[in-house]
Amino acid sequence: MKVEFSEAAKKEFDEIVKRYPQKRAALLTVLHLAQREFGWLSRDVMEYVGQLLDIPVGEVYDTASFYTMFYKKPVGKYHIQVCHTLSCALRGARNIYEHLEQKLGIKDGEVTPDGKFSLIKVECLGSCGTAPVVQINDDYYEGLTIEKLDDILNHLDKNSE
Amino acid sequence: MFEKVLTQHIQIPESRDIDYYMKHGGYQAFRKVLKEMDPDQVIEVVKESNLRGRGGAGFPTGVKWGFVPKNDDKPHYLLVNADESEPGTFKDRLLMDGNPHLVIEGAMIASYAIRANLSYIYIRGEFVKEARILEAAIQQAYDKGLLGKNILGSGYDLDMYVHRGAGAYICGEETGLIESLEGKRGWPRIKPPFPAIEGFLQSPTIVNNVETLACVPFIVERGARWFKSIGPESSPGPKLYCLSGHINKPGVYELPMGTNLKELIYEYGGGILDGKALKAVIPGGSSVPVLRPDEIDVAMDFDSLAKIGTMLGSAGTIVMHEDTCMVDALLNLIHFYRHESCGQCTPCREGTNWAERILKKIEHGQASEKDVDLLEEVANHINFRTICPLGDAAAMPIQSFLKKFRDEFNAHVAQHKCPLNSRL
Ligand SMILES: Cc1cc2nc3c(=O)[nH]c(=O)nc-3n(C[C@H](O)[C@H](O)[C@H](O)COP(=O)(O)O)c2cc1C
Ligand code: FES
Repeated sequence: MKVEFSEAAKKEFDEIVKRYPQKRAALLTVLHLAQREFGWLSRDVMEYVGQLLDIPVGEVYDTASFYTMFYKKPVGKYHIQVCHTLSCALRGARNIYEHLEQKLGIKDGEVTPDGKFSLIKVECLGSCGTAPVVQINDDYYEGLTIEKLDDILNHLDKNSE
Repeated sequence: MFEKVLTQHIQIPESRDIDYYMKHGGYQAFRKVLKEMDPDQVIEVVKESNLRGRGGAGFPTGVKWGFVPKNDDKPHYLLVNADESEPGTFKDRLLMDGNPHLVIEGAMIASYAIRANLSYIYIRGEFVKEARILEAAIQQAYDKGLLGKNILGSGYDLDMYVHRGAGAYICGEETGLIESLEGKRGWPRIKPPFPAIEGFLQSPTIVNNVETLACVPFIVERGARWFKSIGPESSPGPKLYCLSGHINKPGVYELPMGTNLKELIYEYGGGILDGKALKAVIPGGSSVPVLRPDEIDVAMDFDSLAKIGTMLGSAGTIVMHEDTCMVDALLNLIHFYRHESCGQCTPCREGTNWAERILKKIEHGQASEKDVDLLEEVANHINFRTICPLGDAAAMPIQSFLKKFRDEFNAHVAQHKCPLNSRL
């Protein structure tokens, strides 16, 4: 498969590069863009990003692999990230996580067979005052209960039909 | 009466809008600086205010700015540390979400003071909404001529951008942040050279926390004396305290620096969840030594907490009640540090790994007394042996939990199980 940015993304790329005194410094921002475009960072995508920024693919990989938000394999349409660090754990994060495991039938790091949902435990999301917290794609869901969570999941499930 | 300044308008949705902000005195301090002060005068007033960094270390902000060379020909950079990832900390998010222009104005003044023409707000990647809010606010500032070339006819140029991280606690450490901004792994650098001399792209760079910078416009507007009149003179100012865990009213509280911890928990926080008894408090984010209930009658400022062997850190106060297993709580934290260790230094990478394994053994009732001693030894071997303080941040909870709650560790060993059947 040939990897190439859409016209809109190409424009955005040009804007991004202008923000930095050196091309290399744009790498994280461009990787975010690439992930938005392609869903995850395959080797081909990393190679493409490397070409755009004149960075060897090995170095792109070295950087990308360091960061948990850059996916080295496909994730679900809804990527569910459950905070399990102390403040959330004290307020029932385990129940939230186990409920999700059971409901989706997948474990930490897995994707549902239909590709709709993926589940992962993550470290403190910086929202400990509204624990327990889950992030789904870009959005935070705070002060969760099992009921609230079920509502959210049903809503997302409908949306994806 | 203490007047909230950082969060005064935060409940009002329009507070994110530049017109609202300006109607309430916003960007006056930046105008004043451009018109009436030279950069060194700005540094002077911040020095005089005794403002100390809110990111964790409490370093005097004006002193740090003063380290930046005055007559070099390199570009200078101001980096806003919006990585906020220390467990228990969620104050910068509130400021960026509800008062973005205050953060931006603080960054503008700091940039001017250190003679920087380029500034980045390095925000943790998960904060997508906050990044968008900041980007919109920056655009508004450009539209009003407060950013860009020859700002308000002063001859001063400044560009500002939001830069998103991508999930790595270590990028909150200032040199890890700089490496990450350069498009690399967030591996901390050996200091010296300090960033003020050699930072982003080998040029003089200042990294400041969001909340630190949010204090700056008020210092410029109202003066150093006003700032010093709030809380203890050696570490004064308004302060955002984060309360989480087993507390009735978790949240961010803006109070005078030096607010009593007991008061914070029982008056502002509404006391312990379900009317239970308090067991432990981590006052300053997960890295700092834990306190027992008999130690919480203490002022929450840098010096007072240091005196009793802990730290203000990022003011992320985590409260735990009587049903909490301290072994399991520590295991949770050490799992975090093991996961977030950048892997560069062996004592931290291997030490956190080893400590987590021992803690699992203890928690599951499979450990002997020797393992508890070994855990302590492992922690002692991490401390002070790493490039950055993440190693210490992992060692301090281990050492303090062991010191203050040793009998719980011993009980796990003696009973071959977790006496509380904890499942955090
Ligand atoms: C492991 C580690 C993580 C850190 N994370 C943050 C952070 O998320 N936000 C922050 O402002 N400072 C963080 N710091 C502190 C920074 O290194 C630095 O001291 C701070 O940004 C300086 O700003 P200040 O002087 O305004 O506090 C961290 C330090 C360490 C060692
Ligand atoms: S511990 Fe879950 S958001 Fe901080």
